[in-house]
Amino acid sequence: MEIRRIDASAVTETVRKLFMDCNYFIGDDVMGALKTAREREKSPVGKSVLDQIIENDEIAANERIPLCQDTGMAILFVEYGDKVVIENGSFEDAVQQGVRLAYDEGYLRKSVVSDPVFDRVNTKDNTPAIIHTKIVSGDKIKITAGGKGFGSENMSAIKMLTPSYGVEGVKDFILDTVRAAGPNPCPPIVVGVGIGGTFERCAQLAKKATFRSIDSENPDPRYAEMERELLEKINKMGFGPAGLGGTTTAIGVNIETSPTHIAGMPVAVNICCHAARHKSAEI
Amino acid sequence: MKKITLPLTDEQISTLKAGDSVLLSGSMITGRDAAHKRLFELAERGEALPVDIKGETIYYVGPAPAKPGYAVGPAGPTSSYRMDKYAPTLLDMGLKGMVGKGARNQDVIDAIVRNHAVYFAAIGGAAALIAKSIKKNEPICYEDLGTEAVRRYEVENFPCIVVIDSEGNNIYETEPKKYREE
Repeated sequence: MEIRRIDASAVTETVRKLFMDCNYFIGDDVMGALKTAREREKSPVGKSVLDQIIENDEIAANERIPLCQDTGMAILFVEYGDKVVIENGSFEDAVQQGVRLAYDEGYLRKSVVSDPVFDRVNTKDNTPAIIHTKIVSGDKIKITAGGKGFGSENMSAIKMLTPSYGVEGVKDFILDTVRAAGPNPCPPIVVGVGIGGTFERCAQLAKKATFRSIDSENPDPRYAEMERELLEKINKMGFGPAGLGGTTTAIGVNIETSPTHIAGMPVAVNICCHAARHKSAEI
Repeated sequence: MKKITLPLTDEQISTLKAGDSVLLSGSMITGRDAAHKRLFELAERGEALPVDIKGETIYYVGPAPAKPGYAVGPAGPTSSYRMDKYAPTLLDMGLKGMVGKGARNQDVIDAIVRNHAVYFAAIGGAAALIAKSIKKNEPICYEDLGTEAVRRYEVENFPCIVVIDSEGNNIYETEPKKYREE
């Protein structure tokens, strides 16, 4: 395969469009799940909340405005083909510039502070974005981008379970995390779960799981079954839409896994609100 | 659906019960994490606040920027528990209403009852819809905080629900139990 040259401006333009689009247009997977939930929801208040969320998402798409004011920290999962060379700039700078343009021109909220503890001064352009890059063979760049709000991010948790906890221990930790979050993360939620790897890989997998469509399932039937079982159990917790009571607390549970160490079984639970925003593009 | 005119009166607050769906019209102030920290620190030092909060209703919000032609950008509620550290002090200084989303701690619930106040929830993530009910948006203070600045909103039929009433009834505790099948 030949070396392929991609101009940095093409990366910037792709990233700019992905972040504007994901903040205006909720995915078909989420909209479909919200409408199905609206039909099944037993609480009258819950039904009304789901109606308002659906109406909200339609307004956002029609008027090209963000569907939630928390347009999030910008996160990208990149599969970078090893035959690609970026010209007229660096990949990193091109991505950050795309985020900067999207948040400025797209009327998206700038929610990033430069220092977490002492200064907490807004960077005013929502950079830096968090970029997870995987080098793959090929001559393309695939980018999945999303804005992650912190109402739900703050409700996430990780635990270094050990093998003797078994499958029940994994399920209990996931359910306990959702239960502790209660009404706070803007239910109905999407639950991203990472199992295995190391401390940091596990957390990254959980995030990646929230970026997977909720009408998909884990290719391993055992984990697909666990996704279905957890979704059913979460919807029996009673929190309901907006936490005001009801039978729709979650609209999706996505699990991603990785090989791990003989001594370990880490589990990370990344909770996402109903505004589960992500879009993909290939350059 | 109860229609409520802001500012809240004590008589109105007495009629509001946990679970009531309401439409708020009138004037409210905004403020979230960074503004609360500043107001709280002034109050702790016994200094005057840059905004008179007596009788006010505060909306926990950090809006997105407004597109040209809009009074305000998408403006849904942020999680209220992050203001729990500061809210009792503000309630003791005369704050009457809070609008946000999510649970409050016992200190806040006690301060709501002690001060005959009320906590409303707006629907988290319904920011574009909620913004339709915000008609005017004026700066008050802390403009350096950007989206976290304290502003005055004029609202018309702003939809929310009474979550914690002046007697301390809390539907985040009572309603989910009705649908719990664990």
